[in-house]
Amino acid sequence: MLAIQSVSKRFDNGTLALENISAIIETGEFVALLGPSGCGKSTLLRLIAGLETASNGSITWNEGKQPGPGDIGFVFQDATLLPWATAAENVYLPLRLRGRRKADVAGLIDATLSRVGLQDFIQTRPKALSGGMKMRVSIARALVSDPLVLLMDEPFAALDEFTRHRLQEDLRSLWRQSGKTIVFVTHSIYEATYLASRIIIMSPRPGRIATDIRSSIPEGANRRGSPEYTALVNAITNTLRQAAPE
Amino acid sequence: MKTRIELAAPFVFGAMALGLWQFAVWAMGVPPYVLPGPIAIAAAYAGDYAVLNPALVSTLTVTFTALAAATAIGVALAVAMAASSLFRAAVQPWAVMLQVTPVVAIAPLIIIWVNQPFVALVVCAAIVAFFPILSNTAAGLAAVPSDLLDLFKLNGATRWQTLFLLQLPSALPSFLTGLRISGTLALVGAVVAEFVAGSGGFASGLAYRIIEASYRLEIPRMFAALFLLGISGIVIYAALGLLSAALLRRRDGA
Repeated sequence: MLAIQSVSKRFDNGTLALENISAIIETGEFVALLGPSGCGKSTLLRLIAGLETASNGSITWNEGKQPGPGDIGFVFQDATLLPWATAAENVYLPLRLRGRRKADVAGLIDATLSRVGLQDFIQTRPKALSGGMKMRVSIARALVSDPLVLLMDEPFAALDEFTRHRLQEDLRSLWRQSGKTIVFVTHSIYEATYLASRIIIMSPRPGRIATDIRSSIPEGANRRGSPEYTALVNAITNTLRQAAPE
Repeated sequence: MKTRIELAAPFVFGAMALGLWQFAVWAMGVPPYVLPGPIAIAAAYAGDYAVLNPALVSTLTVTFTALAAATAIGVALAVAMAASSLFRAAVQPWAVMLQVTPVVAIAPLIIIWVNQPFVALVVCAAIVAFFPILSNTAAGLAAVPSDLLDLFKLNGATRWQTLFLLQLPSALPSFLTGLRISGTLALVGAVVAEFVAGSGGFASGLAYRIIEASYRLEIPRMFAALFLLGISGIVIYAALGLLSAALLRRRDGA
């Protein structure tokens, strides 16, 4: 559904952030973009979103059909909620910007907040929500417009470990239920290994694709404890060590 | 939240200072035409409130009209500056210049240019007051998190939607900080303008009463007028503080 072809990005200050990136992302994949800080993974995500333009190469959607407003759900590292708006109003925002009337989408908003486990906090403002709950609202806001792809830029990096695990588990089951295509930027090997069906490892300065691995960890409650999980973590660790020496 | 002692502190401190003042004036035998004590000032107010209170109302009318004008102009300029970097580049240095120009220097001209004395006073006070609103609101509009601007862009927001649904609400705390500073500046501006205008101006504000009292060597009456100004300043500052806290509490929830 998304073809990245020989994409490079050089910033105005001359830094080459990405060099010759090519990858094809299929519908329904959960792709983790994994790499150390400064490897350009967030820049690649912003290029996919159309928030930056590539210096070279192209990004093609569904054989040429460009995504419109609401086709891309983006979740930032911070929840970036409007502090003066309730959870429901924050989730309504993307629809509001496209002229949808609140009364017409009230059911959809409630349902989307229920999907992320916030059915009891629909009228709560961000101030009264925990960090994990704010991130859940942020995910609901990205999902509410039923986007073609969900782009997530280290969304759980600022959360405590317990909350992060819960959100990872919930995001995975959300992905399995919805079949949504997800591109997830992270610098955590464990997070990438647990979440993704495919892991693209990037090397830094300039950012290149070092390896593209498909995960074969069996589904189930004990995903983090399976031998395949440990093996994949070790394999990724070795790859990263070679791709990005100190 | 302030403790009870903190709430009482300014009153206790003020009472102590007044007591010391009264004692010093009495002990050293300072005549009231040099420095009246608080009791003499209170007596002067009790005798003259029929003149001083309307004068205060007149000055406050100028103050609040100027504050409203300063708010409208300051916010409008800040929005225009946020919308266009060319406009910002063109206007910002001139706004600073207007800010550092002493209003005492230009007030006589404004009083000549503007026929209506009331409008002339409002213009002077608004010139003094508008800059904190402009600079704080502009800073608030510019400080919107870039992620939120990206979010609006991804969802195809128009410039107006971005302004009204994101930038203006985000800038509210900064605007309110500017408004609080401008509130007291508007009072200063109104008084300075009245001073310059003198009897040729509106001839009814507190500044005019202060000048009049000093000409007649009615020093306690002059101090009574000064006290009214000082208390008005405190009340305006505190009221705008309460307004700001209430608005932000309403905006962000308890």
